[in-house]
This record gives sequence, structure tokens and C-alpha cells, in this order.
Amino acid sequence: MSLDWIPYLIGAVVGVPAALILYIIGADWLIRRLPDRLQPRLRPWVWVVPALILVAALLIYPMIATAWISLLSKDGTRFVGLANFGSVLTDNSVLIAIRNNIYWLVFYTGLVLVFGLILAVLADRVPYEGPVKSLIFMPMAISFVAAGVIWRFMFSYQPPGQPQTGTLNAIWTSVFQQSPVAWLIDHRVNNFALIFAAVWVWTGFAMVITSAALKGIPPELLEAARVDGATELQVFFRVTVPLLAPTLTVIGTTLVIFALKAFDLVYVMTGGFYDTDVMARRMYGEMFNNQNFGTSAAIAMLLLLAVVPVLIFNLRRFQFQEAIR
Amino acid sequence: MSVAPVAAPSRAETPIVVEATKEPRRFTLGSLPLNLALILLTIIWVVPTLGLLVSSFRPGFLISRTGWWTALAPPFQFTLQNYSDVLQTNNLFTSFINSLTIAIPATVMPIAIASFAAYAFAWMRFPLRNWLFLLLVGLLRFPLRNWLFLLLVGLLAVPLQMTLIPVLSLFKSLGLSGNFFGVWIAHTAYGLPFAIYLLRNFFGALPGDLFESAQIDGAGPVTMFFRLVLPLSVPALASLAIFQFLWTWNDLLVALVYLGSAPQFAPMTVTIANLVNSLGSGYELLTAAAFISMALPLVVFLALQRYFVRGMTAGAVKG
Repeated sequence: MSLDWIPYLIGAVVGVPAALILYIIGADWLIRRLPDRLQPRLRPWVWVVPALILVAALLIYPMIATAWISLLSKDGTRFVGLANFGSVLTDNSVLIAIRNNIYWLVFYTGLVLVFGLILAVLADRVPYEGPVKSLIFMPMAISFVAAGVIWRFMFSYQPPGQPQTGTLNAIWTSVFQQSPVAWLIDHRVNNFALIFAAVWVWTGFAMVITSAALKGIPPELLEAARVDGATELQVFFRVTVPLLAPTLTVIGTTLVIFALKAFDLVYVMTGGFYDTDVMARRMYGEMFNNQNFGTSAAIAMLLLLAVVPVLIFNLRRFQFQEAIR
Repeated sequence: MSVAPVAAPSRAETPIVVEATKEPRRFTLGSLPLNLALILLTIIWVVPTLGLLVSSFRPGFLISRTGWWTALAPPFQFTLQNYSDVLQTNNLFTSFINSLTIAIPATVMPIAIASFAAYAFAWMRFPLRNWLFLLLVGLLRFPLRNWLFLLLVGLLAVPLQMTLIPVLSLFKSLGLSGNFFGVWIAHTAYGLPFAIYLLRNFFGALPGDLFESAQIDGAGPVTMFFRLVLPLSVPALASLAIFQFLWTWNDLLVALVYLGSAPQFAPMTVTIANLVNSLGSGYELLTAAAFISMALPLVVFLALQRYFVRGMTAGAVKG
């Protein structure tokens, strides 16, 4: 940043809120001069208009525009109908990206939920719960770019015979006496290597929320099951897990949406090469590397379609009556 | 505040229960396997970060020859060279300033705009109020008959990818891409639905009696907003600010798209992603660079853990 940006920076941080405050005070002063009947009708709009304008211009309009662009040719000059979708869905590399998104959907979501649940239940039973939870949650603070560097280093690979400086290959070659694996290049494992890096980041999120729900379970319920002769495992699977199911579903839907949008880790760790591409990365690649806006928009539309079922599920789930009041 | 286990916590409530009731501690299984399993898992979670931290202080010629764990035994060969190298030669100091330049306005502006809107949604009656709130947030329940509404709600909760192409060409035509303006505006707009949603739920939960008695005392909506709502909502505002700051600090996609490749504007995430491409396995520099980018979030995490966890768990459900 050069120094000439400082005025703009101050303008954005101080000027924008100040302007908003002046706008609200001024508009309210005007409204109070209107007939009594009109005041309550107009006033709310004054408060929401700044937000509405931004949301309309940067969220609603672009989505409609993207849907339209997905029906246009590469340079956006001709209407080509569904041709972009046809070429996308017959392109083998896009199909691989879709397959990888399914891997992400299943394994990332599943593993985060399982690790989160296990850690929450285990941590609940030890006196050092706080520090453990802090350490597990910490990766949520850092960027996926930093997490990508961390895990590239963990997965790094040297040819057999050379000293393995990557943690995973060092363990793999010394403890298990296997030949080193190029985790991020080998097609059999590389998608799962990426997914595990994401699991590492997000497990703390699932753990913290699961843990809070766990502490809401009345101990009497578990005690009653134990008195009836249930083993600790039975209590876990027959009482704890069913009671946590609603919470786990809420976490799960968040994770599913994230799995569909996975971008940063793939971009940083493999660049989408070696059959690890995902739809969001591919969409970006079509936009910038190939300058093919039609195809890019078509992939974005496919992402949207994939999100819709999750969305409807969420919409039905959430009890909105309370929020509406 | 505790939560009934069977009632699915709503998205905004979820984070509030993080520090739930503590009374019934159940150390029924103080057994060795349990402790071992937990400690093993914790070690697995810590080792990657530890490896990065240790490596960032090791000289480059050692990093390519021996594993980072060998540095934990004598002779201790550590250096600060990597940090000074990466800050001086790889544009990282500029990027650090750029990240701050992006993240601070991108935190202040959406919260300012959202708090006004959230106040109206929470405490004012106006035609179409609920409809509008749904439209903005695009998350919650509604009757399925309303297909137009389904469409709007659906469009708003979808990935950012749906907005990138038109917004970029809009910014290009206005001269807002390739500099900070575009990123500020984009982060502000992208952050709004969630910010409004979170603040509206918090404002809405404030006791209504307060507003009634303030009204009786002659306070108008503006006075009530600044003297009543904002001071009472500091915890929610703090959580939201922390979340939005880290979201924008850690963002890669928005910066890549709207800043383009101009290195003088690149935030740290973009610079480090480029370094990964150009250095490949120059891990002495990559680890130092990554750690510089992690330092601020980690400080925030350690200092404000309570607000931080609330913000992140609330914010992570952002669509």
C-alpha cells in the first residue's frame, strides 16, 4: 500500500460510519416533519436502504446476471442456450472435479463430524478439557492459505533413499517401513490428503458446538441408562448420539455447503492438478485462465444447483416462527 | 445460558451456548485409554502447526536435509534469517499492511450498515418487514407455496461464485477493480446478510420493556438506537467484528478476483499463495511467511478466545 491510500482508508473507516449516522439523523429529522400517518411507514425504509442497495447490487443482480451469462457464448456475444452446460458436463476434467466435490461432501463432512463428536465426548470427561479444546480449535483462526502451507510441508515428499523431511513420509518410512508416498501427486491418495487438511481445520468447530450440546444433556438421562445396565458404549450410541442428532445435523449442513465451495486449500496445495480439481477452483480457472465466462458461469450454476437441496432442507428445518414473531 | 439438547439451536443461538453450564462435571472414566486417546488426538492436531513454527526458525540448508523434529535436540541451530529474508525480499511486509488495509474497513463498514438495518428489522413494523428480512438472510423457514420467495431466498444463500463474474465486470467499468475499493465494497456486501442476521437476532432478544420506558421518556428511534441498543449489544458487535475481521484477513478468493495480480495491493494470502507457486519447496521461507500471516489471528484467538469462539462458530455457518 502506498501512502496515498491513507485518506481513503480513513474515509472508509471513519467517513462511512459518520456519513451513515448523519444520514440517519437527517432522514429522521425530515420524517418527523411528515404527517403522523406516514411516519411509521417510511421510517424503517430509511434504516434499511443502505443495506438493501448493496445487497441488490452485489448479490441479487449478479446472481441473475450469472444465470444469463451461463447461456451465452465464451465472449458473451451470442446466445447459445444450454450449450455451456453440455460442454461442461461432457468434459472429463469437469466430471473429475464434480467427483472430487462428492469425495469432499462425504469424507470431509463425515470425518469432521466424527472427530468433533469423539473429541467433544472425550474432552468432557477429563479435567484438562479447556486447554485441549483450545488447541483443537486453534486452526479455525488461521487462513486456508496458511493451513495449505502447513499441510504441504506435512505431506512433502523426497524420492526413496533421500531423507524424508515431511512429517508424514518420515513416519511412513521409518515406523511402517514403507516406501515414501507423494501424497499430493499420487492419484490414489491426493484427494484424501487435501480433505484431511480441511478436516484438521474444521474439527474444532464441530467439537465446540457438539460439546456445548453435550453439556445440555441432563446427566440423569445417562444415569438412568447406566442404572438399567447399559454399558458405556451403549449409553453413547443409544442415548448420547440420538440426543445430539439435531445439533449434528445443523453442523453437517454447514459442512456440506463448505465442501461444495472448497477452493483455497486446493488452489494453494495442488492448484487443481493431479486430478484434485474441485468445482469452485475450476470455475475460477475458467474465468481467469481461459477467459471463458460462459463455461465459468455454467459451473457456478451447477454449484448453485448442488446447494439448493441443502438449502431447502435448512429452510424446512429452521423454526422461523420464532424469528418472525 | 444452557440449551435443551433436543431443540436444534438456531444458527445465531448456537455460539452463545459455547460456554454452557459447567456444573455437572462427569469424570466417570478417568481411565488410562481415554486419556491416552485424547492426548494422542491433541498431539496429532498440534504437530502440523508446531512443525511449521519450528521450521520457520531453521536455516534453509538444514530444512532440505533433515526433518524439523531433529531441531528439537541439540545442537540447537535456529535463526531469524528466514523472517528478515521473507519480509524484505518477498513483498511480505507490504502484504501485511495491505491485509490490514483491506480487513479494517471491510470490518467497520458492514457492521455499521448492518446494525442500522438490523435495528429496523428487529424493532420497527413496516409493510413486508418479514419478507424483506427473509430475502436478505435467505436461510430460514417459509411456506413452500411461495415460489418467488423460494427463488430469492435460494439465490441469497448460494456460494459467492454466483456473483464473481458480473461484480468483476461492474467493478472494472467503474474503475474499482485492481485496487482496494472493489475489495472493500465486495467484502462489505458479502458480509451484510450474515451481519444483519446475527445482529437482528441479538437486538430482537433485548427486553421490550426497555424500549417502552425509553419511549415514554420521549426517546425517538435514533436516540434509542445509539443510547440503548448499541451499548447493550457490545458482546454481539465484538463477536461479529472479530469474525468479520478474520474472515477478510484470511480471505483468498475475493482478493484474487477483485485485486487481480497487482503485487502492490496483494494481501498476505495472495502473496503466500504466489510464493507457494514460485518457491515450491523453499520451506524455510514459506513457513516464515505462513507464520507471519497466522500471527495476528492467533493473537486474537489467545486474547479474546471467548468472543472469538462465538464469532467463529456463528460465522462459520455463513453461506
